[in-house]
Amino acid sequence: MSHSHGDHEHHHAGGHQPEAPGDLEARALALQSLLVEKGILEPADVDRIIAAYEHDIGPMIGAHVVARAWNDTEYRRRLLADAPAAVRELGYQYPSSTHLVVLENRPGVHNLVVCTLCSCYPWAVLGLPPTWYKSAPYRSRAVSEPRAVLKEFGLELPEDTVVNVWDSSSDLRYMVLPERPAGTEGWSDEELAAIVSRDCMIGVALPRVPGAVAAR
Amino acid sequence: MSVERAVADLEGLPRKNGELVFNAPWEGHAFGMAVALSERGAFAWDDFRERLGDEIGRADREYYASWLAAFERVLLERGLLSQAEVTARADEYRTLRRDPVF
Repeated sequence: MSHSHGDHEHHHAGGHQPEAPGDLEARALALQSLLVEKGILEPADVDRIIAAYEHDIGPMIGAHVVARAWNDTEYRRRLLADAPAAVRELGYQYPSSTHLVVLENRPGVHNLVVCTLCSCYPWAVLGLPPTWYKSAPYRSRAVSEPRAVLKEFGLELPEDTVVNVWDSSSDLRYMVLPERPAGTEGWSDEELAAIVSRDCMIGVALPRVPGAVAAR
Repeated sequence: MSVERAVADLEGLPRKNGELVFNAPWEGHAFGMAVALSERGAFAWDDFRERLGDEIGRADREYYASWLAAFERVLLERGLLSQAEVTARADEYRTLRRDPVF
């Protein structure tokens, strides 16, 4: 379903309830919340350690997918038609338990991904969600005032650009396919992937061509 | 106990191209919690490692299922948490009386 909020559309992925966690996940949540409440554990420490060890393995997969789609129009078509299959085609695993839809940014159309009820996130292609993605202000304001949120991320879109906001669910996740920036003609997948950040694929940023490289 | 050594010591950790792979966010949190608490001295890394080996030998299951079981055991043994409160809290998450957000 989709309904309008002023100048943007808000798409729901269907009756959105947070998915009840499995036994192991519930146990991990229980341990973490109790340890934090008792002052034994600092959540920031956990985030730091995960970040240090996960490196960019998550976002790297999404960036590879985007780069391939920019260089290969047939791959792009397959990606937009069946994203999990297209991810697997590049040699990565994609879990069968959740579907993935890739949202194509076009001139005049920008896509933004949120999970209003919890923190559903396409972690199989983007790694673990950033802390702000899980915050209550982002979850509500991405829907109520997406342009203000984007502005805070430093992204100002033209007045006439339509902003589509997509609300993820446990069984349907979204990832943004940004527009290929000018000045990247002839770049390899690897060179392109390097400018595709996690934030670009959530929709709060655009790929930027580093000045020195753009001038070549 | 540095994170580097903690991880270097563990041969069974799921990896891809040498980097750690978490198949779900909770796995990353289970990993991060155990390393963070051993860094803070809440328990000795070797105690955790011993229980991890034990849990891995007990049942054929995903690596981080064993990891979580070993971590919980260390916490209970050290008296940092009680079995009753862990079970009660996990039930609250399972039944969505609490938001399942890390």
